[in-house]
Amino acid sequence: MMAAWQLCVLFVISAVVGYFLISQVPSLLHTPLMSGMNALSGITVLGALAAAAAGHQGLAFAAIILAMVNVVGGFWVTDLMLKMFKKEKETAHDE
Amino acid sequence: MSDTVYLIIGILTVLAVLAGISAMSRVRSARAGNLIGAIAVAVVLVVTMCKHELFGQPMVLVALIVGAALGAFGALRVKMIQMPQFVAVLNGLGGLASALVAYGSLNVGNALEQYASQVALAVGLVTASGSAVAAGKLARMLPQRPVILKGHSVIVGGLLLLTVIAIIAKASTPVLIASLLFGVFFSIRVGGADMPITISLLNSLSGVAGGVAGIAIGDPVLTCIGGVVGASGLLLTQIMGRAMNRSLANILLGRTTVTASAKGTHAKPAATTPAAAPEAAAAPAEAAEAPAADSAPAEAEPAAPMSAEDRSALLKEILSAAKDVIIVPGYGMALAQAQASVKKLADTLTARGAKVRYAIHPVAGRMPGHMNVLLCEVDVPYEQLFELDDINSDFAACDVVVVVGANDTINPAANTAEGTPIYGMPVLAVGDAPHTIVCNLDDSPGYAGVPNSLYQSSKSLLMFGDAKDTLAELLDLLK
Repeated sequence: MMAAWQLCVLFVISAVVGYFLISQVPSLLHTPLMSGMNALSGITVLGALAAAAAGHQGLAFAAIILAMVNVVGGFWVTDLMLKMFKKEKETAHDE
Repeated sequence: MSDTVYLIIGILTVLAVLAGISAMSRVRSARAGNLIGAIAVAVVLVVTMCKHELFGQPMVLVALIVGAALGAFGALRVKMIQMPQFVAVLNGLGGLASALVAYGSLNVGNALEQYASQVALAVGLVTASGSAVAAGKLARMLPQRPVILKGHSVIVGGLLLLTVIAIIAKASTPVLIASLLFGVFFSIRVGGADMPITISLLNSLSGVAGGVAGIAIGDPVLTCIGGVVGASGLLLTQIMGRAMNRSLANILLGRTTVTASAKGTHAKPAATTPAAAPEAAAAPAEAAEAPAADSAPAEAEPAAPMSAEDRSALLKEILSAAKDVIIVPGYGMALAQAQASVKKLADTLTARGAKVRYAIHPVAGRMPGHMNVLLCEVDVPYEQLFELDDINSDFAACDVVVVVGANDTINPAANTAEGTPIYGMPVLAVGDAPHTIVCNLDDSPGYAGVPNSLYQSSKSLLMFGDAKDTLAELLDLLK
C-alpha cells in the first residue's frame, strides 16, 4: 500500500494534470463536462466497498447506494446530453 | 489479489479516465470519452470487489444494484430543463458517500490518515448540504433570491473556523455539525444568477472530498480521480468567476452580486422595484410557475412611442431584410421553455436566406454551458453556437439581434457604470448592432439590479411578455 504522504503527492499531481486536460474542453461542452466529472466523483464507491470489507456494514450499504446513483446517473445523463450535440447537415448558407 | 496488481490496474484506470477527459475536448469524440470513463469506473469497481472478495456479500450486491437502478431511473426521467438541479443532487450524493466513507475510517491509520478522514468528512458534508440547498433553489422549492441573515458573513466565517478547529481537534461530531451548517449557510446566500459559480464550486468540492477520502483509506485510484474532479470544478469556477468579473477569493467568501449591490450603489440607479430586483433574473422568477398563462399580451409598452401597427411593420421590415442575425439567449429562454420557438424563428430566417448564429455568454443560465445544452436539445447545430470572445466583434456588422430572456449579460452598464455589481463583467456587445429585438418578460432590471440602458435605445424594439408568445408573433410577421 502507498503511504498517506505519497497519496497526497499523487492527489496534487492528478489535480494539475486534470486541470490542464480540462482546460482544453470548449465552453460548448461545459455542462456535459461537469456532469461527467460529477459521475467520476462517484468513484468514492471504491471507498464504500473498502468500508464494507472492513466490516462497516450499514455505513457501507448507504455509501454504496449513494455513490452508485452518482456514477450511473451521472454517466448516463452525460451520454444523453452529448448525444444531442449535432453537426449542421446543410452547410450551404454558411461561410 | 496483490496490492501491486491492484496498483497497476489502478494506474491504467486513471490513465483511461484522463484519456476520456481528453476526448471530451472535441464534440465528435466527447461521447466516446464519456464512455471510456464509465467503462474505466466499471472495471475498477469489479477489480475492487475481487480484491476485497465482496462478491459473496449479498448486502454489497444489493446496494450496488439498488444504487445503479436509482441512478438509471433518475437519468431516464430527468428533463433537460431540470439538468442543473439533477447535477446538484448527484453532486450532493457523491459528497455524502465520501463523507460516509471518511466516517468509517475516522480513527484508523496514522495521524495524516486520521486528519484526512476528518477533512474528507467535513468537505463531503459541506458538499452534501450545500448541494441540497442549491438543488432546492434550482428546483424552485426554496426562494431564488439570496437569503441573507443579519451577520451572515460572521456566521459563515464562524462555522468555517469551527470546522477547522474541530478537524484539528479530531472532534468528529463538531466537524459533522459545523460542516453541515456551513454548507447550508454558504448556499442559502447564493441567488439564482450566481448558481453557475456555486454549482461549479460544489462540483469541485465533491471531487476533493473523494480524493481526500482516498488518502484516508489509502486508495490511489480514489485519490487520483478525486484530484482530477476537484481540479475540473475549480477550473469551471474560475471560468465562471472571470465571466462575472469576480475573483476566486471573492466567490469563496460568498460575496454574491446582490450583496455587493446592497453595499454599493443599489440606490443610485433609482431601481423601480427594489424589493423585486434580486428576483428579477433575465425573465423574472415569478413567471416560472406558469410562464405562458397570464403574461401573453405584452401589456405595457412604456417607452415605445409608436403604434402597434407601426411597430409590427417595422419589425417585419427589419426581419425580412435581415441577412445576418444573431440570437442571444438567456435564462429567460429556459424559464419560458422557448428553445423550440427560437429554433423555429431561426429556421424561418435561414429558409429566407439569412445567416443565423447564437451568442452564448459563459454565465447565461444556471450552470456552465446551460444554453448550449438547451439549444442542442432542440437540434440547433452546435456550429451555430458562438462564445462571447468569438462573436462579440460581429455584432456591429450584423443586421439584427434577437435577445431572448437575457439581461445582465447584455447590459452595456457593465462597461460604463462604475460601482455597480456588474461593472467590469464582459458582456455581449448587443448595443453595437443596428437593430435589437428584445423578447424579455418585462423591462425590470436583471438579477444584478442594474437597469439596462439598451431598453431606452432607439435601436431597440421591445417585445415584452412570454418569450414563446413574442417569438410566435415574430414568426407570424415573417409568414
